[in-house]
Amino acid sequence: MLYREAGQYKTAYATDQRIFPIVQDRAAFSALMIAAFVIVPIAGNDYWFNGLLIPLLILSLATLGLNILTGYAGQISLGSAGFMGVGAFAAYNFMLRVDGMPILGSFVLAGLCAALIGVLFGLSCHRIKDFYLIVATLGSQFFIEWALTKFAWLTDYNPSGVITAQKIVILGVAFDTPVRRYLLVLTIVVLMALAAKNMMRSAFGRNCMAVRDMDVAAAVIGISVFRTKLMAFGVSSFYCGVAGALWAYAYVGTVEPQAFDLDRSLQILFMAIIGGLGSIMGSFLGAAFVMLLPIVMNVVGSAIFGHAIDASVVAHVEHIVYGVLIIWLLIVEPHGLVRLWQIGKEKLRLWPFPR
Amino acid sequence: MEFFIEVLIGGLLAGVMYSLIALGFVLIYKASGVFNFAQGAMVLFAALTFVNLVARGLPFWLAIVATLAVMALLALLVERLVLRPLANQPPMSLFMATIGLAIVIEGVGQLIWGSKAFGLDLGIRDVPFEVAGVRVSQFDLFAAAVAGTLVLVLGLFFNYAATGRALRAVADDHQAAMSIGIPLPRMWRIVWAISGAVALVAGLLWGSRLGVQFGLVVVALKALPVLILGGFTSVAGAIVGGLVIGATEKLAEIYLGRYIGGGIENWFPYVFAMLFLLVRPHGLFGERRIERV
Repeated sequence: MLYREAGQYKTAYATDQRIFPIVQDRAAFSALMIAAFVIVPIAGNDYWFNGLLIPLLILSLATLGLNILTGYAGQISLGSAGFMGVGAFAAYNFMLRVDGMPILGSFVLAGLCAALIGVLFGLSCHRIKDFYLIVATLGSQFFIEWALTKFAWLTDYNPSGVITAQKIVILGVAFDTPVRRYLLVLTIVVLMALAAKNMMRSAFGRNCMAVRDMDVAAAVIGISVFRTKLMAFGVSSFYCGVAGALWAYAYVGTVEPQAFDLDRSLQILFMAIIGGLGSIMGSFLGAAFVMLLPIVMNVVGSAIFGHAIDASVVAHVEHIVYGVLIIWLLIVEPHGLVRLWQIGKEKLRLWPFPR
Repeated sequence: MEFFIEVLIGGLLAGVMYSLIALGFVLIYKASGVFNFAQGAMVLFAALTFVNLVARGLPFWLAIVATLAVMALLALLVERLVLRPLANQPPMSLFMATIGLAIVIEGVGQLIWGSKAFGLDLGIRDVPFEVAGVRVSQFDLFAAAVAGTLVLVLGLFFNYAATGRALRAVADDHQAAMSIGIPLPRMWRIVWAISGAVALVAGLLWGSRLGVQFGLVVVALKALPVLILGGFTSVAGAIVGGLVIGATEKLAEIYLGRYIGGGIENWFPYVFAMLFLLVRPHGLFGERRIERV
C-alpha cells in the first residue's frame, strides 16, 4: 500500500536510469543519508565513532571492493587484506616522502598502488580460475605481508615495523576528532559506493557479470574476458587500497602489517558472502552483520554467564557460534542478507493483502 | 655440491610432509567435489585429541583408535549437518561452508582441549646421519616412510576393496555412480572419515615436528600450492607436487633468500605454483576440463 511503483511513470530516459526508480526508495535513501550525515554526528559519542562506525564503514568499503571482484566478476580472492595493507603503507610513504602531498591525493595514489599490485597478481587469472585462483590470491596475501615486514624502507626504518599515520589536514581543516574523522570516512565511502553502483550498471559491470556467469559464453559474444577480469582486479584492489589507507589514517593511527593478515581477508570474504555476493548494499549489510555479531555475542555472553566462566572459554564459544552461523546462513540463505531484504520488499509491495 | 644435495634432500623430505596434508584435500575433492578448507583444522583437531588422550593416560595405540573414532564421528556430523543440506549448491558455497567448518572445528578443539601448545614425542630420535657425506634427517626419513606406506595402503584400498572402487566411481561421475546403486551420502561419510585418518597421521608427524599448536593450520595451507601443482584430482599429483614444492621452497630459501631477504618460504610456494599454472593450468596430473557453452 505504502510501497509500490503504481502511478510513477517514467517519461524520460533520465528517470528510467535512476539508481532508485521508486520515490519511496529515494525518500528512504535520503532519510538514511540525513541520519548518517546530520543526526548521527550530533547524537553519537566517541565510542560509537571510534569503536563501531568508522571501522564498520571502512570494512564495508573493503567488502565492496571484494564484491566487485568476487560478486560481480566471479573471481574469488583471499587477498583483500593484503591490498588494504598496500594501500595503508603506500599512503604513509606518499605523505612521508612527498612534500606538500595532499592527504586525499595520497589516498588516491594508495588506491592506485594497490590496483597496480592487484593487476599484477590478477595476471594469473589469464589461464587459471576457480579454486586455482584461490591459491594465487593467497600467494599475494602472504607475499604482501612478507614484503611489508621485510623492507624496512616501507616503514621508514621503524624498529618495531609499524607506521604511525600523519595527521589528516584537508584545506586547513584538521580532522582530529572522532566526529570529523567519521564524517570524512562517511563521505569517501558514500561517494565510492555510488561510483561502484554506477560502474556496475555500465558496460564494464555488465561485462563482469557476463564473465562471472559463463566466461566461455562471454568470450563468444565478444567480451574480452582477460581484460574484464584484469579491470575487475584493478578496481577491486583500488577500493581495498583506499579502505586500507583509511584504516591506518582514520581508524587505528598506528598500524602494523599483521593487521592485514589472512584472518582479515577471510573476514572480508565472509562479509561479502553473508551480505550477498553481487550487491552493493549487501556489502554494507554483511559488514554490519559480521562486525556486530561478536559484539552482540559478547554482550549476551556476559549477560548470561557473567564473569563466572573463563574469558577464553567465552571467546572459543563465540568462535564456534560464528562458524555455525556462517554455515547456517549458507544453508538457509545462500544469496545472503540482501536476499532477505528483497523478499521483505516484495512482501511490502503486497501488504496488507495476503499473498 | 654436497650442500646443494643436502638442501635438496631436506626439501624433498619436507615436501613429503606437505603431501600428507594434501592427500586429505585430494580425497575429499575427488569424491565430493568439495574444496575442503577445513583440512588444516582437522589436522590440528586430530593432533590435539590424540595428545590429550595420551596425556590422560591412554596407551599409544588405544589413543590412535579413539582419535580415529572421533574423526569418523566428525565425518558423520559433517555429512549430515553441512554436506547434505548444501547438496546441489555451487562449489563456491560449499567452499565457504568449509571455511565456517574450519572455524567451528578450531573453536571446538580449543574449547575442549585448551589453546596452549602441546609437545608430542613419537619416540623417533631425530639424529641426522650421513650417507656419502650428505646429512639426512632420520625423522624426515621416517615421515617419508609413513607417507609412502599411507599412499600404498590407499592405493590398494582404491584398487581392490569394493568400497574403494565405489569411491573411484563416485569421483569419476556422480550420476553414473548413483545410477548403479552407489549411495552418495555414505561414500561422503567414508571419504571424510578417511581424510580424518590421513589428517591424524599428518597431525602426528607435523605435531612432533612443530608441537601441537595453532600454527599447524597455517602449515596446512601450504598443501594448497602442492595441490594445484599436482592437480586437484590426483593422489600421485599430491605426492609429486609435495616433493616439488618442498624442494623448491628450501632451495629458494637458501639460494634466492640470500638476495631478497629471508623468510620467503612463507610465500614462495604459492607464487611458484601460480607461475607453474600459467604454463599448465590444470597442474601436473589434473584432468583437463573441456568447456562448452
